[in-house]
Parts: sequence; structure tokens; C-alpha cells
Amino acid sequence: MKKTITLAHGNGGRLMHELIESLRLKLSNKILDELSDAAELNVKKGRLSFSTDSYVVKPLFFPGGDIGKLAVCGTVNDISMKGAEPLFISLAFIVEEGFEFADFERIVQSIKKEAAKAGVSVVTGDIKVVEKGAAEGIYINTSGIGVINYPKSIGAKVKAAERIVINGPIAEHGMAILNAREKFGFGSKIKSDCRSLNREVGRCLLASKRISLMRDLTRGGLATVLNEIAHSSGLGIEVDEKDIPIRTDVRKMCDILGFDPLYVANEGKFVCFVDTKDALKVKKALGREAKIIGKVSSKHKREVYLNTAIGSQRILPMLEHDQLPRIC
Amino acid sequence: MKVKAVTLMEVCGTHTMAIARSGIKKLLPDSVRLISGPGCPVCVTAQKDIDLAIAIAKEKDVIMATFGDMIRVPGTKESLYSIKAQGKDVRVVYSCLDALQIALANPEKKVVFMGVGFETTSPTVALTLIEAKRRRADNFFVLSNFKLIFPALAALAGSRKIEIDGFICPGHVSVITGSIPYEKIAKNYKVPCVITGFDDNDILQGIKLLIGQINSGEQKVEIAYKRAVKRSGNTKARNILKAVFRPADSEWRGLGIIKKSGLALRKEFRCFDAEREFKVNLPKPRKPKGCICGEVLQGISSPVDCRLFKKACTPQSPIGPCMVSSEGTCAAYYKYGA
Repeated sequence: MKKTITLAHGNGGRLMHELIESLRLKLSNKILDELSDAAELNVKKGRLSFSTDSYVVKPLFFPGGDIGKLAVCGTVNDISMKGAEPLFISLAFIVEEGFEFADFERIVQSIKKEAAKAGVSVVTGDIKVVEKGAAEGIYINTSGIGVINYPKSIGAKVKAAERIVINGPIAEHGMAILNAREKFGFGSKIKSDCRSLNREVGRCLLASKRISLMRDLTRGGLATVLNEIAHSSGLGIEVDEKDIPIRTDVRKMCDILGFDPLYVANEGKFVCFVDTKDALKVKKALGREAKIIGKVSSKHKREVYLNTAIGSQRILPMLEHDQLPRIC
Repeated sequence: MKVKAVTLMEVCGTHTMAIARSGIKKLLPDSVRLISGPGCPVCVTAQKDIDLAIAIAKEKDVIMATFGDMIRVPGTKESLYSIKAQGKDVRVVYSCLDALQIALANPEKKVVFMGVGFETTSPTVALTLIEAKRRRADNFFVLSNFKLIFPALAALAGSRKIEIDGFICPGHVSVITGSIPYEKIAKNYKVPCVITGFDDNDILQGIKLLIGQINSGEQKVEIAYKRAVKRSGNTKARNILKAVFRPADSEWRGLGIIKKSGLALRKEFRCFDAEREFKVNLPKPRKPKGCICGEVLQGISSPVDCRLFKKACTPQSPIGPCMVSSEGTCAAYYKYGA
């Protein structure tokens, strides 16, 4: 019989202690090894960035990642968007009774690998097991702390004429998940772009001291993030369709299903708003796939405009409802 | 290019969206007017057919499966979406085959697929029914709201309510039908037809060919989407369709009943007919007050002519189907501007 997680793994008894000990061994570091109720953290000089997020994804394993990798990357990226160097994360599981142990181990391995890659330590954690049917498989929450040493606060309002740099092609995560979940069987190599962005962000911060805002393009995609920024800044945004990077296979899959890639989720993409003078420097720092896709404009108020590939212009609105596949 | 003022109708909902998304209208001279037609399958489904699907979905032990856009369309009293929230089993599927899978996995339930769509969609449903017969899936039913595009095109071309100088014909439908059926329409109604693809350049080429025909006084069928459409179309798909369905009169929202413009199941497949299986009481269909979807679908009115547009009727709380469907004209105008 396959070994599964049972309610006893969360009841405070021997099985739970064995499970926690095995997790500690896997994710071991000096702070975690103390196994206290809370971690004591020594933090370098600077301001702190603190963020939390919960991860629920179907399927748990998908091309390019799994829920464990996602739980590390997501929080690392949120902290990084404030211009911080992420240092510590917490890790809490809610597991449904009967969840396969082998899958749990696979997820923990993936957490370990991604944390090492991003250079963050898991310093505290928790596990709860709920009755069959009370949750679907496994949910993960991570919180994280990072230190900001950038001279100015990132995330303040953007300014007119600032350029928008994106670090690579969009819509890969959403389409990879959809293809895996709905079993469309698209014989494509589309993989989730799920990855930790702290190193890329670090290079941007070194390249320019004139960055005003960075945002990762998760749920709702590029169009949603740009709309949120336009709303909060009171300014307009103009982007050029021809400069927005999208891989051909991703675009084609979107076409077939009737999805607009501008609204599809990403897990390893971000936009950086930077003074015109430094836009090229930031683009260079981000590597080959990065593009300058548009600018902040005082011409429009609180709206995003798309200069279309054929030379027209239209509004790029907020998404009203979930995107649904076309009928024909 | 010098042109007289012309009105071109894009028949397909995917064209409506593509035109809005690329901003083509803004680039065209004022003398070229693009209007949208009845090519959104969700939009043209009659109110009574939506009410029927809702009533069947409320029956005991029924799982109703349909396409995503369909579930939010308001019926006379409620929508599939609202009864789903009350606990009825309504599921979104990507294809009819998915609905058959649900039926095979739930033999104790009756699974009904509410089918809408044109010649692009219906052959896949026909194929599913052949498979359902082979697998003896006696708990699987189809509510056939499929439509045929040519009778509607003929009705519009012959209508006195609106002057159409050319049809931007649907690319995907034509992959199946081929271009031959358009030849009759071009000839009988003296209206140029160009079968057009969905990229920006495809659509611009389609418009250019139509204007070329209009300027030279021709009325013929051209294919501006040769990489996908052949004159003969897809015979195999049409044969499968013919084996399962026969043409039947059908009611279109806005256009009324059009002769032989729908598809009914043939005798051999009648056991899958949901309308025969379920005898339900329907509310008297009531058109939402002020809604002009019917006129919009004929190209007589534009969404901005509707007093509900952007006020009482929005994608969040749609009143008419053209606002619900992601390919509806009102949704396109709402999202991308007039």
C-alpha cells in the first residue's frame, strides 16, 4: 500500500515529531535546527521587506515546477519587488488526510532546491493535517523577510515618461497550467516560467538608482498589473504590442483557445519602471529576453493604452471576468 | 484607394473581437463602416432555448454540461450560473467529448450537453454522438441549439432593414463548409463575399478584396484565408455531420425563426435528444426591457445605441447575451471602446 499522510501526522504525537524531524533534516540550517516556536533572526542594517502568500494550485505538479517551487518563488519574488534581498522564509503546510507521502517528499525536495537557488533559509514552519475532503491535497503558506538597501523606496508612484522594462516573454505559466490541468494534450514544450527573481532584481538595482517601481506579473497578467499601476498613480500607461515578448507556441495556444496572453498569469516575469536615461541599462542587466515595452504618459489618466501591431491604438482594460475558452 | 461609402458586415464573433483588439476601425477611412453580424453562437441562442436548458438542469439527477460562455447568459428568470450557485450540477466543458466522459463516469446521472455553435463546432458533437452510440451511453443527451450560417446570411442579405455591401465571411466555419455555399449568396443577393482569417493582416486583406469587388461592381466569393480554407471544405466533417443531424427550422435571437437554419438529431440518434427525454415547464420568454441585442445581431443598431449599455448592462452584470459572450459585440465595444 502506498504510504500516506494521516491525521496522526498532525496530532502532536510520535508520527508528527518524526515528520517534523525529517523536514528539519531536509531544510536544515542553524536557525531551523533550534526547533523553537519562533526563529531569532540577525538582520543586516537596512529596512525590512515582509510578505506572505498562500499557494493553491491544480495540478500540484506541472511542467516547469510544482506547488513547492511556487511557494518559495512567489514569496521570494514579492519581497524582491520592494528592492529587498530576501533572506528568510517561513513554511506552513495544510495537508489533506490520505495525501501520498511520496508526493509530499517530492514537494519538500523542490522547496529545498528552490530555497538554495534563491539563497533563502526556511527558518520556521508548521504542518496541519485536515480530514479527507476538508482540503484538496495540499496547501502551502510562506512568509518571507528581506533587507532593503536601495537608497529610495521602490513602489512609490511612477512618474511621467518613465520607461517600462519587462524581463522576458509572458503567459507561459498560465498556459502550462491550463494545458496540464485540462489535459488538452497540446504537444508543446510550454513550461511554467516559475522562478525566483531576486538575482535579476539585484542586477537591476545595481544598474540604476532611478527605479521607481517593480511588480511581478502574476494573476491577471501584464494587462492587470499595468492597470493597477495606472489607477494608483493617476497617470496613463502606453505599451507597444510589437515589443511585448511572447513565444510563438504560447501565442498559438492562446489563439486556439481564445485567450488573450496579456491577461494570462506568469510566475517568473516582472516589470520595472525606470527613468528614461537608465532604461537601456536595466534592459541590459536583465539579459537577452528583456524588452522595453512602453512608458508612463501624462496624456491619459488612469488608463492603459496599447499601440497595436498594425499602428492603431486602443484601450487595454482591466479583465472583467475569468477568461473562458472560445466555442469555435 | 478611392472608395464610395460602404458597409461591411463581419459575420463571425471572433472577427468582431479581432477587429476591436487590433484597432482596425480607427485606421479605416470614415467611408468604410464595419458592422457586426449574428456570428456569436451564444448571442443568437433564443431565450426559450436558454430557459429550456435551465429547466432541465434543475431536474433531479441531472448534470448539465456546456461551454463556459453559455452559463452566464440570463434566461427569463435565472441563469445556469445562478442555479449552479444554488447547488445544481452545472459544469463547464471544453468539448462535447468531455461531457460524454462525464456521462460514462456517472452512470447513475443523466448528463445533458447544451450545444451551441455553427458548422465549426457541430461536427465534433456529431462525432461524439457516434461514439456515445458505440459505447451505449444511455444516460447521455444533447440539447441541440446548433445553427447553420448560410440561411442566416441569406436572411440578412435579403433583409430590407439593412444595406450590406459586403460580407467578411467566417474563416473557421469555412474550413468545414468550403466556399461553394457562399457562391449562391453572392449571386442571388448580389453581395460580395470574402472568406477571411483572423490575424490583423488577414482582416485588412479581406476588407481590401471586398472594396476591390465593390469598386469594380463584382459580386463573387474570394478566399483571403487560403492557408486554411479550400473551395470544397472538409467533406469528411460534413459527412459525419449529415449522418447524425438533419436541417430543421430554428429560432435566432433577433432574427426570429429561419427555415432550415438549425440542426435536429436524425431518427437513429433521437435517443440522445434531451428535448424528448425531459418534459419540463418553461416560463413565458420575456425580453429584458430596453435590451436591443436582437437589433445589434442584425447590424441595425450599435451597442452604443442601447440605453442599458455600460449602465445597467456590463460584463459583470449582463442583461443581454451580446454582453455575456466573450465574442459578443457589446462585450467587444465595452472592452475595447466603440
